[in-house]
Amino acid sequence: MNWINAIAQGLLLGGLYALFACGLSLLFGVVGIINLAHGDLAVLGGYVAVAILPSVHTNALWALLFVPPIFGAFGYVSQRTLLQRSLENGPLTTLLVTFGLSVVLQNALLEGFSADSHSLSIGKLATQALRINSQLSISYLRFGILVVAVVVLAGVQLLLARTSVGRQIRAVADDNEAAAISGVNTRHIAGIATGIAFVTVAIAGLANGMYSQFTPTSGSSLLLFAFEAVIIGGLGSLWGTLAGGCVLGLAGTIGAQIDSTMGTLIPHLVFLAVLAVRPSGFFPARAPA
Amino acid sequence: MSAHTESAATTPLLVAEGLTVLHGQLAALRDVSISVNAGEIFAVVGANGAGKSTLLRTLAGLHRPASGVVRVDGVDITTHATDQRVRQGVVLVPEGRRLFPSMTIEENLLVGAANGRRGEWNLDRVYDLFSWMRDRRKEKTSHLSGGEQQVVALGRALVANPRVLLLDEISLGLAPVIVQRIYQTLPSIAGGDMAVLVVEQDVTQAMRVAARFQCLLEGRTTLAGRPQDHTTEEIEAAYFGFGGLGSAAAS
Ligand SMILES: Nc1ncnc2c1ncn2[C@@H]1O[C@H](COP(=O)(O)OP(=O)(O)O)[C@@H](O)[C@H]1O
Ligand SMILES: [Mg+2]
Repeated sequence: MNWINAIAQGLLLGGLYALFACGLSLLFGVVGIINLAHGDLAVLGGYVAVAILPSVHTNALWALLFVPPIFGAFGYVSQRTLLQRSLENGPLTTLLVTFGLSVVLQNALLEGFSADSHSLSIGKLATQALRINSQLSISYLRFGILVVAVVVLAGVQLLLARTSVGRQIRAVADDNEAAAISGVNTRHIAGIATGIAFVTVAIAGLANGMYSQFTPTSGSSLLLFAFEAVIIGGLGSLWGTLAGGCVLGLAGTIGAQIDSTMGTLIPHLVFLAVLAVRPSGFFPARAPA
Repeated sequence: MSAHTESAATTPLLVAEGLTVLHGQLAALRDVSISVNAGEIFAVVGANGAGKSTLLRTLAGLHRPASGVVRVDGVDITTHATDQRVRQGVVLVPEGRRLFPSMTIEENLLVGAANGRRGEWNLDRVYDLFSWMRDRRKEKTSHLSGGEQQVVALGRALVANPRVLLLDEISLGLAPVIVQRIYQTLPSIAGGDMAVLVVEQDVTQAMRVAARFQCLLEGRTTLAGRPQDHTTEEIEAAYFGFGGLGSAAAS
């Protein structure tokens, strides 16, 4: 790897991190839930694809058609049942509930799929790359993931900014009680927001499964990267989240360029440094505008 | 005033009977009843902490009463959620305005209009009534003055086409001129058959527009009637709780 390549690969990896972080940011910003099961849900998305794909198609890209909608419905229902009830008991309860969910998911996946690693096969696309010169080549898959991340973030942003549902989601995020007296069915809207967050988690989980192997316990490190991307970018700002993801990705690939054993540590150090210097992140916004 | 007296004889639009509301150990309302007619402006007055906001918030569904019922047009809505009440035409302008700070004026109004009843009020009509709003509709509400915010909060409630409009201390923190201007628009808003329930600490302002009033003290009704039927002393005694009636209520 040379420097230009490290930067390119870092930015591309940032797309994946941002995709993970998007749902986490949405769920925290709108519903007020810090979802500790976020990474495990993404992994679950991968396993849902593993389970269903054999009866659909050999190419895992097809999973993008059915896993996100399943997760959307799953998100809505879990908000209206489990999460809403825990929210009414205060923020600590939601932490415990999502932590519990994380443990349950990991163990259920271990039980159902064993500890062996899986991956999602997308055929030749996985290895093809656009060769720019002898030093720099860009994997179609990684580039595709970055494009998907930008499309998802822009889509969520547009939905929040321009649609009636999006306005109601922002209203709930701003002031839940004021939203209720303005006629907003706040639970329904929180359910929709959770559904959207889960759709993005599913897409992130599928992208991750195509990009690398996963096991039932991969969720924890995914959660950590998502958290860090959200904090670096600034809470509530989706474009900040993309920037945060890219910072993490760059830190990883540039770090590995300096010292190959440091690649996994450097992003976390960069995160701590940002937290120390700018605790509210680089693009803090109360709500996306 | 005679028009108001006549409408008082019609069936009331909003009725609450025997409301008792608890905040933990504290009974913020004790056996309070109220009845407001269509087309009427009704005032609830009382000192700070008397239970006025608790009353309006209970009517809007933000507090569940420990006992008592709330009816709108004969329909028992005691157990209905807040957003459901908005669709039934009970809309609150809360104390402190509570606009959505990250949103523009127009977005605030659009949220109010999204789930409300259909009717004669829409964004255009609000902009016609408060013409400054039309030019500034793309501005964030957090940049507005207190009086402007109050008017936007009123507009956000109006676009839901309320049958019962609940106004909680709309004069709070505003310059007297601005309060007067807002109050001047009330009769034209209430015109038709909207019932308006105003809550105020400032008795004179509320009494000027109201056909009937009720005075709360420590969660109980200490006086009710028409403003012109009571002397200032009577109202003050009911408000502050001195004199026979007040000390009985406080005990
Ligand atoms: N959410 C609450 N929790 C506990 N006590 C409350 C709450 N809201 C109001 N109170 C108490 O209830 C009483 C009535 O309050 P409120 O209805 O706000 O009065 P007002 O609007 O007339 O000033 C006060 O003693 C107040 O401290
Ligand atoms: Mg009050």
